[in-house]
Amino acid sequence: MQLTGAQALIKSLEQEGVDTIFGLPGGAILPVYDPLIDSTIRHILVRHEQGAGHMAEGYALATGRPGVAMVTSGPGATNIVTPIGNAHMDSTPLVVITGQVATGSIGTDAFQECDITGITMGITKHNFLVQSAQEIPRAVAAAFHLATTGRPGPVLIDVPKDVTQSMMDWWYPATVEEFDLPGYRPEVPLDEGAVARAAALIGQSERPVLYVGGGTLKSHAASELLAFAERTAMPVVTTLMARGAFPDSHNQHLGMPGMHGMYSAVTAIQKCDLLISLGARFDDRVTGKIPAFAAGAKVIHVDIDRAEFNKVRRADVSIQSNVACALRALDAAGATPKNLDGWWKTIRSWQAQYPLVYDEPTVDGPLRPQHVIEAIAAKASPGTIVTAGVGQHQMWASQFWKFEEPGTWVNSGGAGTMGFGVPAAIGAKVGRPERTVWCIDGDGCFQMTAQELVTARAEGIPIKVAILNNAYLGMVRQWQEMFYDERYSEVYLNADLPDYVKWAEAMGCVGLRARNLKEMHEVIEEANRINDVPVVIDFRTDSSEKVFPMVAAGASNDDIMVHPLQRGASK
Amino acid sequence: MSPEPYLGDVAHTPVRHHILSVLVENKAGVLARIAGLFARRGFNIYSLAVAPAEGHARFSRVTIVVDAESAPLEQIMGQLDKLVNVVAITDLAPSDAVERELLLATIKTNVANRTPLLDTLGDAGAAIIDVDPGAVTVMLAGTPGACDALEKALEGFAEVELHRTGRVALPRLGRAAKA
Repeated sequence: MQLTGAQALIKSLEQEGVDTIFGLPGGAILPVYDPLIDSTIRHILVRHEQGAGHMAEGYALATGRPGVAMVTSGPGATNIVTPIGNAHMDSTPLVVITGQVATGSIGTDAFQECDITGITMGITKHNFLVQSAQEIPRAVAAAFHLATTGRPGPVLIDVPKDVTQSMMDWWYPATVEEFDLPGYRPEVPLDEGAVARAAALIGQSERPVLYVGGGTLKSHAASELLAFAERTAMPVVTTLMARGAFPDSHNQHLGMPGMHGMYSAVTAIQKCDLLISLGARFDDRVTGKIPAFAAGAKVIHVDIDRAEFNKVRRADVSIQSNVACALRALDAAGATPKNLDGWWKTIRSWQAQYPLVYDEPTVDGPLRPQHVIEAIAAKASPGTIVTAGVGQHQMWASQFWKFEEPGTWVNSGGAGTMGFGVPAAIGAKVGRPERTVWCIDGDGCFQMTAQELVTARAEGIPIKVAILNNAYLGMVRQWQEMFYDERYSEVYLNADLPDYVKWAEAMGCVGLRARNLKEMHEVIEEANRINDVPVVIDFRTDSSEKVFPMVAAGASNDDIMVHPLQRGASK
Repeated sequence: MSPEPYLGDVAHTPVRHHILSVLVENKAGVLARIAGLFARRGFNIYSLAVAPAEGHARFSRVTIVVDAESAPLEQIMGQLDKLVNVVAITDLAPSDAVERELLLATIKTNVANRTPLLDTLGDAGAAIIDVDPGAVTVMLAGTPGACDALEKALEGFAEVELHRTGRVALPRLGRAAKA
């Protein structure tokens, strides 16, 4: 069967089971948009290529399937660099297709030419510049294989215009060998010796902590984690990338560790004698000052990526494996710690003394942002997916929303990409249309990517956006207040400019505003009644609210600052 | 006050160096991927040599002398192994490897320096491979140490140009390399 390269590309995506592409056409990718008309694949036409990338990420994080984005060459390609970098930091499976100028024009500074494979070399798991139409099926199949196996990540396929326009004989790789990836070995046999050494360390442990990272979600190991944690009675902490991997309602769950983590989670790590890292990477936002991090603990490090071992913290035992396999092996080895009653008693006292708190809400406003999140959560249907931008609102969402299952928390962790929330919510809703999707956003983040609400309205994707509008780049303001002598440099945004309600309405959404407690409850009720168009709510929140607990950048986790309401109490 | 211009910080082979013999797919951009990885992770390359691998058009062999002071070898190998085009990495500790490199130098000659130059070349085992009335080009294929010694000995002569290839290496017979 003779096909054009463009037809082969679309057919290859169909072969991979792709149901949705987020994209925006342009000159170099034009040939591929023609056969798309005849395909069963749904295309979501975005308003900016960054939106396409974050939507694909939101889709991937909510469904566990790779997200697909397609854009043109030059500025289309550079506009999607931020989502690619974001996906690389968070190991999100993504396949990004970029148009490229014709092969004969590459290197001549042709119109809308840019070296996107060169630009993205350091922020993709791998990328391809396809040289002939016959190679398209292999490139697509290999890209999906690379994006989804081992440590997942973004893969970019750059396709020159003459390649998509020329003819090929249809074929599709049937086996991994035909992917032509002789250097790629995503799985290694489990090191039974390491498992036995880990089990022995667990057997000697009196104060263990399960430090659960994003790799636990990536390897779909939530049920193995629950079984292992319950059998061993160990305390569990879930990092920002692992929220939902273990139910927040479970009494062994201490919550999130790190810079804005729960006091009990941070302190349990500091005082533990064995830290079992499951698909986590000892990020600086978790460790604080590295030499002071869990200084008395032995470390078992489970990761699919061997380059994570001993990168930040030297492990006593490292197990190269996906988390699910490793937990099954540790279970089979009968790994069981000593009696943990004493350890739990200590942890319970920390939990009792330092729960999450915030100042009493005032009836007339401004609203407490934490209270807004709790009020939305209280009225949200079970299984609601929450997305966030980056900053104070993201930390409060992670702290105050209760996550019960994988795929319900979608955020930008490693890269910290402002503006992630709205497009990620759209992608999540496309991937799981039966779920309610709330984006908890900040006013600064919202302004970066809000144009995608036009996409949401046009494509019939009814997400709900809660802007915690404190008129500031809140996290920057918090740092300037605490560490720069309250010298507020370039952080004021103005709560009334833009008018978020009018802006929402101009984009075809329902726009609502809440300034006091009565309005807060009313608008949440109203938003929950609307299921056909996107809703945007402008919640006017208190600018002076800060995220606590907090460990200052570079400080030891022992020097955690609790909420002012809790200060003065003895530790 | 303006800071001093950067004059380089690795004058000679670092004390704790390792030789990585890296088999890669012979595809466009592979060298850029390796160089980019070393640059963004802050690993130092002391020398690098690339050539087609034995018997295959499909693979090339890259011999990288890395500064094991700049980053732990385990980290360098782990990150390198993640490059999809990297097929195999062999770590050769200097004591377990035979290493050779090629040095070429052009030296201005005159009546006065001809005899000492010939003595120097003779001592080093270097060969003259090109001659004209005012200069010679000499060659030494030898251990990095021999090349270092010749380079130093030639400092006393009026040198026009000196090039070194960077080393290639194979495991010493009877010693197993670590993959």
